[in-house]
Order: sequence, then structure tokens, then C-alpha cells
Amino acid sequence: MSQETMLIGLAGVLASASPLIFAVIGETLSERAGVINLSMNGTILLAAMGGFAVAYTTDNIVLGFLGGMLIGALVALVVAFASITLQQSQVAVGFVLALTCRDLSYFLGNPYMGLPGPRLQALPIPVLSDIPVIGQLFFRHDVITYISFIAIFLAWLWIFRTRPGLMLQGIGEKPAAAYIRGANVNVMRYVYTIIGGALIGLAGPAFSLATRAGWMGTISGLDGFGWIALSITIFGGWNPVRGALGAYLFAFLQWLGLVLQPVLTQVPSQVLQVAPFPLMILTLLLVNIGNAEWVERTLAAMPESARKIFAKILRAMRTSPPAALGVPFERD
Amino acid sequence: MIKDRFGNLAYQLAALLLAFGVVSLILISVDASPSETYKNIFKGSFGEMRKFAEVLVAFVPLLLVTAGLLVTFSSGLWNIGVEGQVVLGAIATTWVYRLLLESSLPPAVIIALAILGGMVGGAIWAALAGILKVFGGVNEIFGGLGLNFVSTALTIYLIFGPWKRPGVASMSGTVPFPDEFSLPLLANLRISPWALVIAFVGIVVIYFMLQGTYFGLRLKAVGKNFRAAYLLGIPTWQYAMYSFLICGALAGAAGAVQVAAVYHRLIPSISSGYGYLGLMVAMLINYQALWAVPVALFFAALNIGSIQLPIVMKLDSSLSGVLQGVLVLFVLLAAGVRQKFGRKAQ
Repeated sequence: MSQETMLIGLAGVLASASPLIFAVIGETLSERAGVINLSMNGTILLAAMGGFAVAYTTDNIVLGFLGGMLIGALVALVVAFASITLQQSQVAVGFVLALTCRDLSYFLGNPYMGLPGPRLQALPIPVLSDIPVIGQLFFRHDVITYISFIAIFLAWLWIFRTRPGLMLQGIGEKPAAAYIRGANVNVMRYVYTIIGGALIGLAGPAFSLATRAGWMGTISGLDGFGWIALSITIFGGWNPVRGALGAYLFAFLQWLGLVLQPVLTQVPSQVLQVAPFPLMILTLLLVNIGNAEWVERTLAAMPESARKIFAKILRAMRTSPPAALGVPFERD
Repeated sequence: MIKDRFGNLAYQLAALLLAFGVVSLILISVDASPSETYKNIFKGSFGEMRKFAEVLVAFVPLLLVTAGLLVTFSSGLWNIGVEGQVVLGAIATTWVYRLLLESSLPPAVIIALAILGGMVGGAIWAALAGILKVFGGVNEIFGGLGLNFVSTALTIYLIFGPWKRPGVASMSGTVPFPDEFSLPLLANLRISPWALVIAFVGIVVIYFMLQGTYFGLRLKAVGKNFRAAYLLGIPTWQYAMYSFLICGALAGAAGAVQVAAVYHRLIPSISSGYGYLGLMVAMLINYQALWAVPVALFFAALNIGSIQLPIVMKLDSSLSGVLQGVLVLFVLLAAGVRQKFGRKAQ
């Protein structure tokens, strides 16, 4: 492979990861606040269909993106209402919404199947795009990909470097303590779930109006991305930067599958397409195994020096969810 | 108590009406007549004996999966991997059939072995999710989801790779098995009475296991309060593994029936989403085994009846999924409203 095609491929990886990045950041914000939005897979599909439909009928691509975000926010509102106000199982409500929104997108999207519609065009940034290698990789994308770069940084800044971000961590880790410090835990959870939902919704049009333009119904190949984004959120340890790296890794593996296709002719393409999933399970295993009880016991039984090394490796890989994730908060 | 029952029923009835109301609004929004649509779904599922037989064909795997999920739900586990367990059941069944294709065993024995193989296959796949959960700390939702995708890939690999049709491989699946390998079907219908028997045995066994045995009681104790059950001396992780194995075996049986009585071969979409649908049924019946039969039948009828919609009304058949989902959603919301309301009243 020439250097040129390699660069184009890698730039494509960065672009094709952008929908996943929005979804992962959205889920990270929601889960940081203590609410699992398990509806993600359906939300993304419904927002992809809805965003395309809006952009197609109004011929306005910005409205399409806003439509996708609105759909995501509304679905998140249902999750928030059911889990915060009614204290129902977040997992149950989210799962039902995941299936319902998916089917709704196929049902309502039927008339829009395969229509040629508007899509975002690449917008090379002057000067910067002429830098060798770096320009090719980072500065010849469409607007939504640039926004995804910025979003990673802003989300990280918000969560780890601002006062409200500190409070956000508090309502997910120790809601009672945050409440004593004056945070209105449940209102904040509503706000973050809805903002997170809007970002998850943004992933939809980022597919249907940019990276995989158009609406193809059940054969769009979008079914499954929401579940991937959920796994990446865990892989990322509820950190937007590490989550974004996970999304890039996934997009890279998918690209690698395509590149290897001519080499591994005896392996059907559908198999290579799902190759990232076993790897996902493996990474989830690696980041979680430090939490398993038998690992701790084994570690304790090890000689001092070996234990230190293993404990260090495990600690570096390990991620732990916000302590109050999925637990309703009630003032006494 | 009686008043409580009545109150509960009222809430569920309200949820049912609301669900149909919302779906009707969705239908009106696409210029379709709701009454016409519901009539077509009904006609498409109960209108003729042939169609009702199709409903039963869908009902069998759905009931088996629901029975299995009642066990994992009882022990507090969210076995989303059940879809992959159905798939592995189908793969294992196909594998046993292929092994015994040339054997001189009587067909009845081969079929029984194949179904048994399917149950083992499903149980093994469930055990993987269980091992990931118990020993790897990987939440069963994510382990199961990942395994679902892997199982689909495995099916496609087998169909296009080692088990491909002589000549060219295709999405239509592997070479169909000879007729004598099929569970006997009713005359002129696609439904096998044996498949129905398997499904009913499955739900009855699970009902009695959960209601009447010490094992079931301890399983529910683990589900209600993991920590307390552990402190009381129940070997919690073993019970978690048992419930995965039982659920996987039942899901595997569902996959086995798909091969042995419906498709007579392995096809790419062999599970047809029955795993996910079973999760919905289990939630809707609030994990009470008695309701599994009517609700699974109702959901199967919606699925089969909506196949008519694209032909008769140019509507997408995914409407059945929307209706099922909205229904479960409103029942969940109604339960929440009721609990909140009840708490305030006290």
C-alpha cells in the first residue's frame, strides 16, 4: 500500500469514528451523572432516519442535525422520567426503548429508503490542510468531524477541569454528599441525561448525513453501533479522551478488516466486519478482571515482588463505573 | 389484597389502551387507518388455519426463550446474550445432524440427539457469558451482546465456509437435510406437534422449578438480594452459573427446533430475533411464568400478522415491533406510576 492510500485510509478512520465519538461522549455524560441510557442502539437509528428525513424534506442539512439531536433528547427524557421520577429499572426501560426506536425507525423510514439526499461535503481548512501528513489526516474533513475533535476536548475539560464538572462526578459517585453540598441531584441527572441523549442523537445524522449518507433501513448496517458505543464507554472508563481512543481503535479495526479482505479471501467479509466484537469482549475482560474477587485472592497469595507488578498492570487497565450508576437517589 | 389485584389490573389495562392509542397516532401520522391495520394483523394471524399454524411456529421458540429468561431474571441476571444462545443451539443441532447424516441410527434417535446437542450448544454459549460475568467481572449485558455478534459471525462463517453448499455458497443457508430428519409436521401445515410439546414441557418445568422447589427458592433469594443470600450461605456464583446453563439450554432448544422443524438447515438469520423478543415478553409478564403462554402467543400473532402489512397496506412489518415495544414501555411506566402513587397514599 502506498503512503498516499494509507493516509487517506487513516483519515477515513478518523472521520468514520466521529458518530461513535458523539455517542460515547453522550453516554459518558449520562453515566457520569448516574443514569445508564441503554436505548443508544435504537436512538442512533431513529435519529439517523429522522435526521435524514428532516434534511431531505426541508433540504436543510443543519435542520437535519438538529432533528437528530432533538430525537435523542426526547428518548433520553423518557429514560430520565422512567428511571429518576418513577424509579423503574434503567436497564429495562433503556432496553425496551432500544428495540422500539429501532423498529420505529424502520417503520417510519420506509418512504425514505435509498433516496439520494443532502450530505455534508469535505471542508479542507486553508493552510493547515497543506501541512504534509498532518494536514491530510486532520484538516480535510467535513464539519461534523472537526466538531467531534473539539467535542472530545471540551467534554474532557468540562468533566475534569471545571466546578460543574466536579459536581457532575459527585452526583454519579456520591449523590448524598453532592446533595448536602447544595446540588439538586435529580434535576442535574435530568439535565445530563438529556444533554447526553442529544449527543447520542447527533450520532444518527453524523451517519446518515455524513459518513454513510442516506437511509437504507435494515440493510444500512447501522444496527449494532449503539451497542458498540456502550462497550466503548466502559472501555473508556467514563473518560471522553480514552473513550474517543476506543472509538478510533474500533474504526481502525473495521478498516483493517476491509483492507485485509483481498488477502484473506477464504474468510467471508461479514466475519471480518464483526472481528472487533471478540476484541471488545477481550478488552472488557481486561479492564474488568481487576475487579473480580478471585483475582484479588490470587494476588494476595503471590510473593511480594510479583504482586506489586501484577497489581500495577491491573490497576492501569482497570476501569470502575461511577459508584451510584443505576441507583436512584432519594432525599430522606 | 383483592383490591390490590384489581388496582394492578386497572393500571395494566390503562397501559394497554395507551399503547394502542400511541401506535394508532403513529399510524395516522403515516396516513394509515388504525382499524384497518389492526384488522389486517388479526386476519394475518388468526384468519386461516394455515396462518395460525405459522403463529404457533413463532410461538414455540418464543415460549422456550421466555421460559429460560424467567430463570435468569429470577436470579437477577440480565441475559441479553440469549439471542446468541438460540443461534448456538441451531449451530450445534446442525452439527449433530451433519455428523449423523450417514449413520444407521433410526431417524427418531438422530432427531432427539440433534435437539439435545442444540440444548448443550446453547448452554455452553450461556456458560461463556456466565464465566465472563463470574470470573471476569464483565457485566452479562455486555458479555452477552458481544457473544451475540460473535454467534452471528460464526453462523455466516459456517454457511459460507466449511458447511457451504456444494458449488456456490449463498445466504439461503446450508444444504437442507433429508425429510426424515425433520420433526414430524401436521398434515399440510408447517407446525410440528412435537415442537409444541417441547415448548410446553419447557415452560411447565420452569414454572414448577421456580414455584415449588428449594432450588427455585434459593435462586430467587440470590436475585432479590445477592449479598444477603451470600451471607446466608447460598453459593451465589454457582447459582448464577446454574441459571445461565438452564436458560442457555432452553434457548438452545429454541434454536434446535428452528433447524429440526422449521428451516431444516442452518440459515444466517436462524434466530429471527426471538431472543430479544423473549426479553420483552418476560418483562411484560413481570416474570410470572403463568402468563408466559398467552403473552408469547399474542406477540407471535403480532409478528406473523404484520407480515401481511407490506403486501396489503404498503406498511413496513416492523410495526409489530413498535407495538410490542410501546406496550412493554407503558406497562413499565404504569408500574412506576402505581408505585409512586401507592407510596404517597400511605
